[in-house]
Amino acid sequence: MKARVHVMLKNGVLDPQGEAVKHALGTLGFEGVDGVRQGKIIELDLADGTSEATVTEMCEKLLANTVIESYQIEIAL
Amino acid sequence: MKAAVIVFPGSNCDRDMKVALEQAGADVTMVWHKDANLPDNVDLVAVPGGFSFGDYLRCGAIAAQSPVCQAVVDHAKRGGYALGVCNGFQVLTETGLLPGALMRNGALKFVSKTVGLQVVTSNSDFTNGYNAGDILQIPVAHHDGNYFANDALLEVLQGDDRIAFTYETPINGSRADIAGVLSENRRVLGMMPHPERAIDPLHPSTDGQAMFRALVDGLVNA
Repeated sequence: MKARVHVMLKNGVLDPQGEAVKHALGTLGFEGVDGVRQGKIIELDLADGTSEATVTEMCEKLLANTVIESYQIEIAL
Repeated sequence: MKAAVIVFPGSNCDRDMKVALEQAGADVTMVWHKDANLPDNVDLVAVPGGFSFGDYLRCGAIAAQSPVCQAVVDHAKRGGYALGVCNGFQVLTETGLLPGALMRNGALKFVSKTVGLQVVTSNSDFTNGYNAGDILQIPVAHHDGNYFANDALLEVLQGDDRIAFTYETPINGSRADIAGVLSENRRVLGMMPHPERAIDPLHPSTDGQAMFRALVDGLVNA
């Protein structure tokens, strides 16, 4: 089974990289880009039967820094 | 006074830290990250600067899970002293020993220069060799030194006098220009600037010496 973890900076935490991407898009002539947030996706190849609770534990302990980041888990069977 | 300096793959300020501590009179042991134990009766653990584990995932995140870091956390929870500089500060926030987080610099650029560093509190065994308000000249060299604290944390840090240092002028987008913070028991200090690079006449300044001296003298007499 596979799990996909989306890690994003929490709302309210300034994302300097997202801001830079937004600025670059404006420079390229793309109008109306009001905001850009950059995150990461971590794909996990897991033993069958691994519980979502275990993946949550992985997120809490390592994959996300919950001081500044939020995460979402997608389990694909 | 016995000190240990932790060495991770990618540490690059470990030997500078050893030199700085020895110059102040400490007996220093280097400890590899795979060691699950610190040397007996260590007073201070120093987590040095560098790019532990290539900054993979997040700066300090992988190092914080290494066997030695559990020993560092246990040491600190027993009331032991710990100093994290630069990457070491990132590691200590990732272990949860220090609050907040260190993010990519606001301007996205690596900053490498000597900066004015204001001493905010002299009330700690790290900073009692200075006076509050002193401006030190200390080198910084980092890409991820943008200290994040939410409103509630900032209020606690200010209210409890736990901000050790601030930048004289903004350099990386840090909340309230915070450059270094203390733990609740004031025995763990994390800071982005490098005091160990300001201890020799050939360095940009020798303003870092007073920190190591205060620390070593304080712990010898403790």
